[in-house]
Amino acid sequence: MDVSQYLSVFLDEAKEHLQSLNDNIMILEQDPENEDCINEIFRSAHSMKGMAGTMGYTRMQNLTHDMEDVFSDVRGGKIKIKSADIDVLLQCLDAIQGYVDNITENQDEGTDEHKDIIKALADIRNGGGGGEAASAAPAESAPAAEATPADGPAEGADGSSDYRAIRLDPSVKSTLEEAKSQGKKIYGVTVHIQESCILKAARGFLVFKGLEEIGEIAVSEPNTQDIEDEKFDFSFSLILITDESKEKVEEIVKSVSEVEGCECGEYDPSGAKAPEEKAEAAPQGAPAAAPAATTPAAPAANKPAPAAGGKKPVGKPVVNRTVRVDIEKLDVLMNLVSELIIAKNSLISAANTSGVSNSNVNEQIEYLESVTTNLHESVMKVRMVPIESVLQKFPRMIRDLNKTLGKKMELTMTGEDTEMDRTVVDEIGDPLMHLIRNSADHGIESADLRAQRGKPEVGQIFLHAFQDGNSVVIEVGDDGNGIDAEAVKNKAIEKGVVSPDQAALLTEKQCVELLFHPGFSTAKQVSEISGRGVGLDVVKSKVESLSGEVTVKTKLGEGSTWVIRLPLTLAIIQALMVIIGEEKYAIPLDSIQSIEDVSPSDIKFVENKEVINLRGSVLPLIRLNEVLDTESTKNPDEDMVVVIARKGDQLAGLVIDELMGQQEIVIKPLGKYTNKCKLISGATILGDGEIALILDTNSIF
Amino acid sequence: MNELRDSADVGELIQYIVIKIDDEQYGINIKFIDNIVRMQQITRVPQVDEYLKGVINIRGEIVPVMSVRMKMGLAEDVITNKSRIIILKTETGDLVGIIVDQVNQVLTIDSNNVEKVRYDDKKAKSNATFVSGVGHYDGGLVSILDLEAVVSDKEAKEKASNAS
Repeated sequence: MDVSQYLSVFLDEAKEHLQSLNDNIMILEQDPENEDCINEIFRSAHSMKGMAGTMGYTRMQNLTHDMEDVFSDVRGGKIKIKSADIDVLLQCLDAIQGYVDNITENQDEGTDEHKDIIKALADIRNGGGGGEAASAAPAESAPAAEATPADGPAEGADGSSDYRAIRLDPSVKSTLEEAKSQGKKIYGVTVHIQESCILKAARGFLVFKGLEEIGEIAVSEPNTQDIEDEKFDFSFSLILITDESKEKVEEIVKSVSEVEGCECGEYDPSGAKAPEEKAEAAPQGAPAAAPAATTPAAPAANKPAPAAGGKKPVGKPVVNRTVRVDIEKLDVLMNLVSELIIAKNSLISAANTSGVSNSNVNEQIEYLESVTTNLHESVMKVRMVPIESVLQKFPRMIRDLNKTLGKKMELTMTGEDTEMDRTVVDEIGDPLMHLIRNSADHGIESADLRAQRGKPEVGQIFLHAFQDGNSVVIEVGDDGNGIDAEAVKNKAIEKGVVSPDQAALLTEKQCVELLFHPGFSTAKQVSEISGRGVGLDVVKSKVESLSGEVTVKTKLGEGSTWVIRLPLTLAIIQALMVIIGEEKYAIPLDSIQSIEDVSPSDIKFVENKEVINLRGSVLPLIRLNEVLDTESTKNPDEDMVVVIARKGDQLAGLVIDELMGQQEIVIKPLGKYTNKCKLISGATILGDGEIALILDTNSIF
Repeated sequence: MNELRDSADVGELIQYIVIKIDDEQYGINIKFIDNIVRMQQITRVPQVDEYLKGVINIRGEIVPVMSVRMKMGLAEDVITNKSRIIILKTETGDLVGIIVDQVNQVLTIDSNNVEKVRYDDKKAKSNATFVSGVGHYDGGLVSILDLEAVVSDKEAKEKASNAS
């Protein structure tokens, strides 16, 4: 069977399941009794097994199968998860991840069978079997708990279905009784579809179609809609009213390809139990298959209330109304929106230059403008994904670091739902990882030192993400050692990054910023975690390549915080258009604090540099015409237009010649050869087709 | 940049656009040419090499433009109404423009009639650095422009080799 077309779906889903397993196993480590969590793990493992089997990755299937077995026992209350088992399970996940990585690279799962892990998994099952029986007893006395109502109708507890377990609505029941009294035969049918079947829904449909030719299907489990949506495992049941014989029914069902088998039997409607009773009578599968909303109380009431299980009777949303879209298609869409905005800008400038002052034209142009702006925002939103996908791997990383570094650390994260452009999210993972590792390795002190300093034993590492205007801020920090500016300075001198004379002039803040210098590492020993001398400058250059900035706040002995500020989107921004000399430039609005008129007489000199005093703060003055090697068209006696630009906490005044106004601009890359100029971050095409360069204010001061 | 080197099979007929820079005629293999545009306003980019005149807008794309004259060490371009910008397309799809004094004609030359300039000769004769061969046609001789040399970016190359 050719399954290559399903490969990308398989990989996407495998990754999701792996992440879910990772998360849930971590939760389980904290709270081994959490039944929601165990159920979730079981379900993910089960789905992975099925998927791997379908795709023909037998080694992966075996491994997930064994993992599923472990959780099957845990769910059944036969064993309890111990802390040591968590390590094995995580190793197992790593192994599965290895398979997935191999498949991603060359569509082959590789040859590693991970026998040791399989054996370890088996040990968990055996080891837990006898000794833990006593503690497992309370769990066992709650058979309904293993199938909490939180299970969607799609994922029956063990994946099997049975016509005897079908619940009957009173109306269906009366239909069946009526049919029976008319002498028709009523059969219950359970159809099992081969696990290798890909188009389960289609097979289900064929069974239905075949049976409807000879009779009437009174009810099915799951319902027809769910079967069409493939929301069932590999079997489904139905009740058929027909005049034909049982053999005929079986023959029809079995004539559909990829049907493994079917059970068919006479069905006695009067014997069928009402939904509530059924939940008690058939603990193995039926209640799980019940739609959550109808009988949330019944199974919960049966339970001798084990703390975690019954807490969430609310079912998950049954239908996930999303579409997976290739990111390239979104890029094309975004480009088209960019083109549209350029065309709109051209239209505006054409209308202005040709002197069309018809109010109707202006009205339509304004309308067009609002539509394009909305369109741009919508497309941007489509491209936005929560930063969560990047952050997910960090708790696991900290857990591993706890062990390798022998420190006690805890990671708290907030704002995982903060959304950013997909391209930014993809790129930001590594820098964040560097910073967290850095905090773990250099920031958090050893336990002894923490005790001496009167800090809690467990070191805190935090990550906060939030949106701030048009940018997203991510703060990574710790309550550890802080950065010793003197040590950094000495190290910098030693490494030849600065000369002793230069170093003497540096402020504390500037010293700390030396950390971002290429090839700088303060770690006394090169460790596996960080300190390969490539950390922070890589972070800085990566963040800057995303048009963001990174700064650090630190207090010796109390901890440090790294602040990354990134633009929400990369392609289209609001900018202030200015004229310098005879040339037009765009300055991103995000980096502008205000615009001031400054008289030349207000210029003061500090260390031979021009500064101005703006409402109490002294800012350096930068004459852009000098920076950009062009002639100012202004008379030196005239008042100057100064754009106050912001870079982190710093401000500077940029002297320009003339303001043109605010405009939405599309950022275009400058292309080869010309992108060497650090001052220019890109270019944009104005309404009249002219090119304006975009100033990167960050690199000006 | 090897994609810009002529690698035609022997005996193939190749079309060349013949352009004029200073007093010399040069041929450019037509397959590397995306477009030929009239001289237009070039937006200067600060702090780049002198021969990079700036960028222009080609169908919404920002395209760098360089002066071949300055690269060859000749006097600066005198822009006339015969001046053109030839937009070259590299194999990677990047566009780059070069300013020429004039575009003369299109020539079809059998690749047998193109004499390759040997690498040793190039070294010896500095002003031949930008020529990859000499083509014979009925009207005379034409130097074939070595586009790789023309658009190459020494610094970028050094960077690349350092990185690798």
